[in-house]
Amino acid sequence: MNLLEITNLSLSIHALKILRDVTLSVAPGEIVAVTGESGSGKSLTALATMQLLPKGAELSGHIMLGDQDLTELTEAQLCEIRGNDIGMVFQEPMTALNPVQTIGAQVAETIRVHHRDVSRQEAEARAAETLTRVGLPQDRFPLSRYPHELSGGQRQRVVIAMAIALRPRLLIADEPTTALDVTTQAQILALLKKLAQEDGMGLLMITHDLAVVADMADRIIVMRHGEVVEQGETRSLLQNMRHPYTKMLFEASGHRVSLPEPPPPQPLLEVRNVIRDYRLPRTSLFGHPGHFRAVNDVSFTIQRGERLGLVGESGCGKSTLTRALLGLEQVQGGSITLNGAPVFSGTRPNLDVRRQMQVVFQDPFGSFNPRHRVDRLITEPFHLLPDPPRGADRTRAIDEALTAVGLTHKDASKYIHEFSGGQRQRIAIARALIIRPELILFDEAVSALDVSVRAQILDLLADLCGAYDLTYLFISHDLSVVRTVTDRVLVMKSGEIVEQGQTEDVFERPAHPYTQSLIAAAPVLPQFEQARA
Amino acid sequence: MIRNLIIGGVLSAVFVCAALISFVWTPYDHAALDIANKLKTPNALHLLGTDHFGRDILSMIMVGARTSIAVALVAVGIGMGLGVPLGLWAAARQGTWLDELIMRGNDLVFAFPSLVIAILITAIFGAGAINAIIAIGIFNIPVFARITRGAALSLWRREFILAARVAGKTAARISVEHILPNVTNLLIVQGTIQFSLGILAEAGLSYVGLGAQPPTPSWGRMLADAQTLVSIAPHMALVPGFAIILTVLGLNLMGDGLRDYLDPRLRVARV
Repeated sequence: MNLLEITNLSLSIHALKILRDVTLSVAPGEIVAVTGESGSGKSLTALATMQLLPKGAELSGHIMLGDQDLTELTEAQLCEIRGNDIGMVFQEPMTALNPVQTIGAQVAETIRVHHRDVSRQEAEARAAETLTRVGLPQDRFPLSRYPHELSGGQRQRVVIAMAIALRPRLLIADEPTTALDVTTQAQILALLKKLAQEDGMGLLMITHDLAVVADMADRIIVMRHGEVVEQGETRSLLQNMRHPYTKMLFEASGHRVSLPEPPPPQPLLEVRNVIRDYRLPRTSLFGHPGHFRAVNDVSFTIQRGERLGLVGESGCGKSTLTRALLGLEQVQGGSITLNGAPVFSGTRPNLDVRRQMQVVFQDPFGSFNPRHRVDRLITEPFHLLPDPPRGADRTRAIDEALTAVGLTHKDASKYIHEFSGGQRQRIAIARALIIRPELILFDEAVSALDVSVRAQILDLLADLCGAYDLTYLFISHDLSVVRTVTDRVLVMKSGEIVEQGQTEDVFERPAHPYTQSLIAAAPVLPQFEQARA
Repeated sequence: MIRNLIIGGVLSAVFVCAALISFVWTPYDHAALDIANKLKTPNALHLLGTDHFGRDILSMIMVGARTSIAVALVAVGIGMGLGVPLGLWAAARQGTWLDELIMRGNDLVFAFPSLVIAILITAIFGAGAINAIIAIGIFNIPVFARITRGAALSLWRREFILAARVAGKTAARISVEHILPNVTNLLIVQGTIQFSLGILAEAGLSYVGLGAQPPTPSWGRMLADAQTLVSIAPHMALVPGFAIILTVLGLNLMGDGLRDYLDPRLRVARV
């Protein structure tokens, strides 16, 4: 008998249909992955299972946990089940923990909520035991630690400890590793898998990344627009994908583009021994303030027409380096020159250099002023020109930039909220292209996008490389993306560049142990022979 | 939510209209004495009664609304006009000595009890509406400076600001083009609330005789005049009292309503 059995689940919120006839099941000890792009309804399926739905939600169908139908229970009965029979792990470990409570108190609390007869000492003992199980041994991570003293991966372990403290029969994990670095992600996935096996616990995992679950899930369910389009045992599903959407998802996650050959080397941007220190707050009244060295003695060169990648995990200093390259912050040592001219002269940025550099940011939602129209947004870099185009010239430049990124001139008079995430990223690229810069920095520019949209943006980049002779620095934590859109790659760790070389060489024969561990941890889709239909 | 906005808007509008109408028409001359008809309770001839000099209270309330609104409006104007640029400037130079100077200066003004300082200013420079305006206005500056800086700081971390910096825009230009339009909602809401506080402050100053001078009527002084007569003519105190209460209530409700209405997150939920 199945542990969780969802049959014909339909959900609408304020008459907007979210889920249609979703049917899925999880057996004890089974790992089931629900995957799909944003808006596919995968997270709401999880929330519906917990019966944690927003106001105005209307539900039909059945959600059976064992022999209980969760849709028919009262709120009080559901509270008994949540945490006790069903545990949940959320995406963002930074916000899923209460910052003013110790981790011990938070884990112990979930025990005491359901078992009021358990004494405080007993609850703490069980909390300690659970934390040890999730890989936070008491000698190094005592109960008295606060969330801010832990790293992202350690925090996610605490969240998992809270979810499994009462040994629930079912664990729901909503994008549990999306906010984590690749090496941490691999560890958390291994932990979840181990816990599911040990406790015979059903694990329902929600993720947008097929590669993450390909070698872990027993079964995969693919969702789109609130419907299950395909489901089956992992291996057979990946071997004979029947639905075109599944095939598209699979292809898009491993999407490769072909770049034109770079021109002969001729240095464009030269970075020599750059050091960037941040001042730490004074620890005592008259003590000398300490320094944190975010970028330590970094040197590299970008050739004209070259596509350079920069990979590293969070906190390695890649964002700091980006800001230094753009001349937004002053460096404490070394030099950064573009065509021989420094990006930062004296105490202020050198505008002559800056007009040859543009940047595309990660967040397609935060990188535009919501109160301006597209034409005004993308012409912002014109401000750098001594004699910006006006009138018909300006309109022509706007049209050209929008057309180059696959939009039309009609889009110029719209506001940014009328566009999807992928379109916004196109607009961000148009904004960077409009003054024909020598160098474009892509700071995690495709990381927030769905795989199918990401594939389109990567194609666009490859096209633009041909049409505009782009030179760019592509900064990302996503190795598979960097591998396809760059000629050469730098690997950064703790503020230093530990390895650099031709992209294919580095990926095929990583020399530095850190690069090796990065590449080993990165989830890859298994390359099955496609069964011929 | 939207109900607050409507009730508040209507209440505020009633008093603004009364003030505007008083420029062209009042039932009686607000300064005309008519001792024969003194201390009349509300009746058909004098809708809100007369005071101890036989002046028509409705006329005085209408002209008094003009005084209150003018003082509060100019005071909020001073506060916004100086406070918002200071706040934007401090945020643009966040963490530097300039930021410290502006914000510690604000703290200094905040640290003084406002009404006491207002009394001091009017005591030194003489009582009168202009000095009341200046006194109230000064205490509005730090309120707006703080609110602007706080909102601007979080905006400065957004990527569209970074994009504008990459486009070579100066901090001043970014503040005006990008930051200011995004904090306007907040300022409108705070402005409404400061406006009601300004009316209260003006009434307080007039009550102790440091606001607008006779014969210009003001709600605060009407209350002060009514004080000794409250047992024989309670309407003399009740009418200006209610005028103050209803105006302040109206403006506060409108401020709350506006905050909900202008909040884009709530706006999304409504659509």
